[in-house]
Amino acid sequence: MGRKLLIHNDKVPNIHTLEVYRAHGGYASVEKALKTMTPDQVTDEVKKSGLRGRGGAGFPTGMKWSFLAKPEGVPRFLVCNADESEPGTFKDRYLMEKIPHALIEGMITSSYALGANQSYIYIRGEYFYVARILEQAIREAYAAGWLGKNILGTNYSLDLSVQVGGGAYICGEETALLESLEGKRGNPRIKPPFPAVAGLWGCPTVVNNVETIAAVCPIVMMGGEEYAKIGIGKSTGTKLISASGHINKPGVYEIELGVPVEEFIYSEEYCGGIRNGKKLKAVVAGGSSVPILPTELILKTAKGEHRLMTYESLADGGFQTGTMLGSGGFIVMDEDTSIVKNLFTFTRFYHHESCGQCSPCREGTGWMEKILKKFLNGTATEVDVDLLWDVQSKIEGKTICPLGEAAAWPVAAAIRHFKHEFLEIARNKKFVDISHYERLNAIKA
Amino acid sequence: MGSQVHGTQSFDKAKRAELKFSEEAMKTVETIISRYPAGKQKSALLPVLHVAQAEFGGWLSPEAMDYVASVLNIKPIEVFEVASFYTMYNLKPVGKCVLEVCQTSSCWLNGAEDIVKYIEKKLGIKVGETTRDGMFTLKVAECLGSCGTAPMMQCGASYHENLTYEKVDAILDNYKTEGKQRNYTDLDYKNTL
Ligand SMILES: Cc1cc2nc3c(=O)[nH]c(=O)nc-3n(C[C@H](O)[C@H](O)[C@H](O)COP(=O)(O)O)c2cc1C
Ligand code: SF4
Ligand code: FES
Repeated sequence: MGRKLLIHNDKVPNIHTLEVYRAHGGYASVEKALKTMTPDQVTDEVKKSGLRGRGGAGFPTGMKWSFLAKPEGVPRFLVCNADESEPGTFKDRYLMEKIPHALIEGMITSSYALGANQSYIYIRGEYFYVARILEQAIREAYAAGWLGKNILGTNYSLDLSVQVGGGAYICGEETALLESLEGKRGNPRIKPPFPAVAGLWGCPTVVNNVETIAAVCPIVMMGGEEYAKIGIGKSTGTKLISASGHINKPGVYEIELGVPVEEFIYSEEYCGGIRNGKKLKAVVAGGSSVPILPTELILKTAKGEHRLMTYESLADGGFQTGTMLGSGGFIVMDEDTSIVKNLFTFTRFYHHESCGQCSPCREGTGWMEKILKKFLNGTATEVDVDLLWDVQSKIEGKTICPLGEAAAWPVAAAIRHFKHEFLEIARNKKFVDISHYERLNAIKA
Repeated sequence: MGSQVHGTQSFDKAKRAELKFSEEAMKTVETIISRYPAGKQKSALLPVLHVAQAEFGGWLSPEAMDYVASVLNIKPIEVFEVASFYTMYNLKPVGKCVLEVCQTSSCWLNGAEDIVKYIEKKLGIKVGETTRDGMFTLKVAECLGSCGTAPMMQCGASYHENLTYEKVDAILDNYKTEGKQRNYTDLDYKNTL
């Protein structure tokens, strides 16, 4: 059994209440930080821990914190990114719903480190009921003196509130999130300036993912060096993985970084293998934006080494033969899955979610969806595969925010590894769509 | 629906006067505004629009948006800009229960299309339509963060997960008997986690 630092108490009855959370050691990191450490010491521990942002980009959190501008007399903000909309990702929801105080504790400790006296949790609007759970927990925390003026009798004060979004994946991009938090359309900003200099209402701001912030609590408690001993190399600590698709046990798993992918898919401790005795066909390992890999490349790298659940191992081989850990949205597909159709659902998603500011993204996602539709209705020709490749290749690096490339990468990877499927449809002039229930019935029969 | 409809020409003072938050809703709105520094009340717009949508029949009419603008002391266009950007705000009337079935990858892999077809047949409507009795509107949605419990749909604040045909029957029957407008802001949410 791997070590768990974030959701080890998820099955404890009423762990969502302050009383039970506290009885299980909750808020200890706030006590330790506020009473025995300076803000810079907290940041130092986070640096030493090697913690990398869990929102998808994997940027070192301690470094991000140290970039925060600290001009005299200007407020600073910590904003938690709880927008979680990357297809295949549902770990933040699980953490917030089950153990809301873990996030609140992390927000207090992190805000203290950053010198923020007002912090926000921006949560996707669809998670309205989760926002309710967080708000209830925040009320409890205020009542018990963990939030508000002079926390624990120190001169540190913090106000914390939740804001619900209105439904838009793009608001997960940190500058779009800040726009949305200011009550505007979620149009990403041109950078620089980065939020660390000019973020919320033009003030220095740190935006961190839910899981990143929650991880600060164990780091403060065990010390950065201890935390860094978990994992492999630059992939330190534990990571929440959202596992879904054709597996026996979908759900949220906390793993020590470094678990072999094969073990993650097949062991009873995690996904429990492929459903209905089917064979594995492909995996999208880190949320919809990362390249899909066929069985042989997800289990082993091109060099023949076992692939591990780490930032480095998953990326081994670059985009030619590798992928990314991303947000940890692990989507598993069995042998009967149409890669083309799965790709279509991704592309339709990106087209729907493009904010429309940049032509390559706005138009490119639309064109890609249209071309893919031709495959699904059997009107595509072989030329369309090249056209699709051409369109995707003209998006990357030409847009304001990374949504454009996030839309292009899955298309490129599907063609790179499964070109034969596209060609087969084009040659046969037909796409055979077997519905899920037809498949299930066939398995039963 | 476009900005011309929303412009001053069609500005209906009489209609706008009818719209007013209930006392309870107004309290909620004030609490929301108090979360932001003085002068930054525009930040309250997204959450306040959710309150308005729940208060004024499940959608945001031009009058409702104008009213929100007046409450937050911002321009009507600032409200429309936002309301038209985000998917959760309905700019046209909808049924009491809006069923939003996730259609993205993990849900598709687990039969979301079958679920959509089943609901279409059961309710006699297509995606995007509302039943004649005004009870249900069927929509498709993009990943709702419930991929491990796919297929799923959202209705108001409730997440309905691990859907089967039987489960859909029970959920829809229940909503129908209840006969209530379902909102994202509801406190009596159901979820299966
Ligand atoms: C299109 C797009 C969507 C994103 N969605 C999310 C999200 O839902 N949650 C998240 O934490 N980060 C998301 N990110 C990454 C954020 O921009 C940002 O890097 C992150 O919140 C930083 O936090 P971290 O360093 O703790 O990971 C997204 C980025 C892009 C480009
Ligand atoms: S890349 Fe797409 S989502 Fe990002 S700013 Fe440009 S148009 Fe908007
Ligand atoms: S794919 Fe349907 S909830 Fe994520």
